[in-house]
Amino acid sequence: MTNLLLEWVIKTIVILLILVTAVAYVTLMERKVMAWIQMRVGPNRVGLGKFRLWGLMQPLADGLKMIFKEDIIPLQANQWLYVLAPALSLIPALMTFIVIPYGSQITLFNHTIELHVTRMNVGLLYVLALTSVGVYGIVLAGWSSNNKYSLMGGLRSSAQMISYELALGLSIVSVLLYTGTLDLVEIVDAQGGFHGLAWNIFHYPLLILVFIIFYIASLAETNRTPFDLPEADSELVAGYHTEYSSMKFVMFQMAEYLNLITASSIATTLFFGGWNGPFVGRLPYLGPVYFTVKVLALIFMAMWIRYTVPRFRYDQLMRFGWKFLLPASIVNIIISSTAILFMR
Amino acid sequence: MWQEKVLFIVFAVIAIASALNILLQRSPLYSALSLIGTLLSLSALYLTVHAQFIAAVQIVVYAGAIMVLFIFVIMLLNVPKDQPQIEKQKGLRYLAIPFAGLMIAEMFYVLRPIRLTTLPIQPGNAEQAVGTTWSIGTALFTDYLLPFEVTSVLILMALVGAMVLARREGD
Repeated sequence: MTNLLLEWVIKTIVILLILVTAVAYVTLMERKVMAWIQMRVGPNRVGLGKFRLWGLMQPLADGLKMIFKEDIIPLQANQWLYVLAPALSLIPALMTFIVIPYGSQITLFNHTIELHVTRMNVGLLYVLALTSVGVYGIVLAGWSSNNKYSLMGGLRSSAQMISYELALGLSIVSVLLYTGTLDLVEIVDAQGGFHGLAWNIFHYPLLILVFIIFYIASLAETNRTPFDLPEADSELVAGYHTEYSSMKFVMFQMAEYLNLITASSIATTLFFGGWNGPFVGRLPYLGPVYFTVKVLALIFMAMWIRYTVPRFRYDQLMRFGWKFLLPASIVNIIISSTAILFMR
Repeated sequence: MWQEKVLFIVFAVIAIASALNILLQRSPLYSALSLIGTLLSLSALYLTVHAQFIAAVQIVVYAGAIMVLFIFVIMLLNVPKDQPQIEKQKGLRYLAIPFAGLMIAEMFYVLRPIRLTTLPIQPGNAEQAVGTTWSIGTALFTDYLLPFEVTSVLILMALVGAMVLARREGD
């Protein structure tokens, strides 16, 4: 029991550290990809002393800079909620990752370690629950700042979340119809056949449509362009985090990138076989590598979309969510369940 | 088992405290936030009796969707800090006390037989125990199919009704 508890604690801490580092470097990746798409160089100066290292130390410099910024709380703000809001948006984002499996099992110091922090038989619902709770941070930040731009950002965010969560949940239902379990570990294990290439998306071609719906909805849930209306800088200054500065601002940014990482990990787990890949049965250490590569590819896709597609107008966003994505995911459920009925 | 008892007491206290806070707060936003606190701690209570599905759905549906809608409306109306005076009808207030007492008595009467029953424990068959996705899905689509379908039609009627009522002429 004590051993198990210790293993959990260590795994949680390791995952936490990896996630925080990953978030820092995803921001660098974002800037580099943006620069590359816009035919610029991007941050390439910050290195170690003489060595520039392609700007690899940029996130560290950014972090240090943000820590030393003045922490401002507006006079008219609601002090309690203003301080609470960044934490409310960061904590659910950090909590999500514990159910995602990133490898099978490895042996370390004569001790078999399962490469996932915990497993739940409602793992997928747990993820959905946390993403839906995560919106409160944004909403309360918008409300407590006592600033009309912030309030507009918060309002838009809550409306957007409600609209796209339905499509997200229903697209996941289609996957569940095929896999028959909510446990993410089991979902990944089921995709291990055919040299680790029996990924859901290859196995059930109908899921390609589902994946497109899921991906669009998850872009909306993570407030990425073209759905970044809560922080549309051309009209709302910076939306819900207009008034925030210093580390509170960083916490919102971290939550946003964590949500991007989590959404990409969930997409990898549900559609692209999680950590499965060729030779992973013989070399279990390849599992986390495959997982990381797949997640990075999906993150890259989100960035690619961000710098290619312009932002939606608000009514377009609502119409698209309610009149296209939602019916499309319902139709997908009907088709999927009919297909399963006939395959049996 | 003592850990579960400790967790139960902690979350029960939080649930009741935030439920009281709903009534005591003057600002509608604080009331709504307290309600979220109650819902979250109820979900934790479901976890202590191993009803993970209900716990997750409690958060997805109530804390995640319905309460976001509540807060959306509160923020949209943006009630000013100095509260709008609620019409104080003293007579109704005194009438409410016996009715509340009656309702509480009724609740205790209904819950009376449950007091001593414990949930059947099915070791070795955790997948099909009470409160899991499997058992709830099976029950909904076999034993309780008719009530389930009737409820969904009822909700649909409410939705259509709300749309008809909210629709302005000439829209």
